[in-house]
Amino acid sequence: MTALLETCRLVKHFHGVQAVDGIDLAIPPGCCFGLLGPNGAGKTTTVEMLEGIQKPTSGTVRYRGEPLGPRFRQDIGIMFQSTALQDHVTGRENLWMFGNFYPRALPVAELVETCALGEFLDRDTRKLSGGQRQRLLLAIALVNDPELLFLDEPTTGLDPQARRNFWELIHRIKARGKTVLLTTHYMEEAYHLCDEIAIMDHGRIIAQGTPRALLAAHFDDVVLQLPLADFPNPIPLSSHTVIQGRDTVEILTRDVNTAIEELLARNISLARLQIRPRTLEDLFLELTGRELRS
Amino acid sequence: MNWRRFWAVFVCRNREFLRDRSTLTWNLLFPVSLIAGFAFAFSGSGLDLYKVGVLGNTNHWQGSAFFSTRYIHFIPVTDRSIALSKVERHQLDMLIDPTGRRYWINDEAPKGYVLEQMLRGVDATTTPIFSKQTVSGRGIRYVDWVMPGVLAMNMMFGCLFGVGYVIVRYRKNGMLKRLKATPLTPLEFLAAQVTSRLWLTLATTIVVFAGTDQFIVFPMHGSYLDLFVVFATGAISLISLGLIVAARTTSEELAAGLLNLLSWPMTFLSGVWFSLEGVHPFLQQCAQLVPLTHIIDAARAIMMDGAGLGDISGHLLALMVMSLGFMAAGAWLFRWE
Ligand SMILES: Nc1ncnc2c1ncn2[C@@H]1O[C@H](COP(=O)(O)OP(=O)(O)O)[C@@H](O)[C@H]1O
Ligand SMILES: [Mg+2]
Repeated sequence: MTALLETCRLVKHFHGVQAVDGIDLAIPPGCCFGLLGPNGAGKTTTVEMLEGIQKPTSGTVRYRGEPLGPRFRQDIGIMFQSTALQDHVTGRENLWMFGNFYPRALPVAELVETCALGEFLDRDTRKLSGGQRQRLLLAIALVNDPELLFLDEPTTGLDPQARRNFWELIHRIKARGKTVLLTTHYMEEAYHLCDEIAIMDHGRIIAQGTPRALLAAHFDDVVLQLPLADFPNPIPLSSHTVIQGRDTVEILTRDVNTAIEELLARNISLARLQIRPRTLEDLFLELTGRELRS
Repeated sequence: MNWRRFWAVFVCRNREFLRDRSTLTWNLLFPVSLIAGFAFAFSGSGLDLYKVGVLGNTNHWQGSAFFSTRYIHFIPVTDRSIALSKVERHQLDMLIDPTGRRYWINDEAPKGYVLEQMLRGVDATTTPIFSKQTVSGRGIRYVDWVMPGVLAMNMMFGCLFGVGYVIVRYRKNGMLKRLKATPLTPLEFLAAQVTSRLWLTLATTIVVFAGTDQFIVFPMHGSYLDLFVVFATGAISLISLGLIVAARTTSEELAAGLLNLLSWPMTFLSGVWFSLEGVHPFLQQCAQLVPLTHIIDAARAIMMDGAGLGDISGHLLALMVMSLGFMAAGAWLFRWE
């Protein structure tokens, strides 16, 4: 299958800062691709080069096998990490304006339906909540019914409820067969939405694959979590990796039965025991030695 | 040039301007209050050109015709030394002591000198050498003279800031970047900004003119259509100048600084407030490079001298050449980011 969007040795420097340091990507049609990484990893710089907004220092971007041209501009929808809209203009008027930029635009009613704009469509855009704003910006990105949609940290700054609502919208867009490129620093979001992810750090991709395959390739253990308060001091487990947090203790084990037997043998209460699978957060920590959100 | 895209930006820019009540009010109120203020300040007896302190009893004032000169404000004073220090500091132009038949002026003060000449002349008993003649035709009030300048100046601020500053704000807050990601071209975007500001500026100028004319009744010896042509051409040149400032600037502070740097010298050089008659020839040459000069000179010629388009063709040509130059530079320099 040929890639819809493809990059080759993509590099971007800013006065000595190596923001993007040689990235090769191939995004197949219909895929929801996630670029995952901490703040400053180079996600925005990378997507903006893919969007044709920033010029790469070196390397190429190809859309359907060709360099980015006017056709590309008509086929894509973009939601930037931050965008201002004109003051004193309503959501409906914004959709009208952006719709007129394209040869063909989706009917406003359909966008209102897809992005749940109903109750604030005719309000001045300055009077919208964070979640409402993001939904309107998503609707604007969808106005030309794009083949390829770019979303740069679409849920950063939203509360958990608004974030889940937003995920629901992205599921709907995926269901319509669109290709989506999403950046985020929420591992959970990437796990939830993306068919494939690339983890970025310091301008490079340090791991790439489907979320499940990535976790399976790096981990064959699970995590037992217990409150620190339930442990006598010092923590007396030797046969497993033990990570002591501020108020929890995490035991990494391939053999849950033995670990639990060992805990019971030391009279540690299992009343508050939790067992969780390894997450992308753990993977990032494993790959870089740093927490994703510091 | 795709007219549908142009129209979409044009309509939204108009909405933004017309719904921004505070800016709109300011655009109308500022010139109206300036013109009204001038009309009031320079009308009738409100205007005193000179201030003369008079020592002692007011009864002694009857002796000289000098004390009934118009446009001199005679201020009774009691303390001579305080009054003298006021003369030194130009707060009083002259101090006069009718009883002692003495007066004091500051030799450094031009107004003092003129008063002295008047004081001597008024009481001269010799037959006058010059005989008085009256200027024929309707006298031009200061407000009549200053009004075209105030309108043009208001237009200048509206055009420079309404285009220059607004585009920089769009660039800073990321709106231009969003537009860049669409098929909209810079030419369509800039043309929409210019057209929107042009008609809005002309509309507010007409409203201000018509509104103040109701109360102040300006002389109009030429054609309103010619005046409109002058203001329209002038607005285009000023908007184009704003485009140059907006082309690359990324900070609103820098944009405001540059726009002030342009507008204040222009205000001075174009003779909005006072005639540049007699100032250094170099400054007069500089003034010819300023669009505002040509707008104001042409507007004054039409309104006060009844000039036609032929008489002011030099000004119109200068404005058109400047517009083309500025516009080409602005479009060439323009970057979305
Ligand atoms: N316009 C710019 N000028 C200079 N440095 C920049 C610019 N844009 C981004 N950078 C730098 O490049 C690096 C990557 O930034 P960015 O792509 O925004 O990361 P992310 O989106 O992952 O948070 C950061 O160190 C940032 O400071
Ligand atoms: Mg970013």
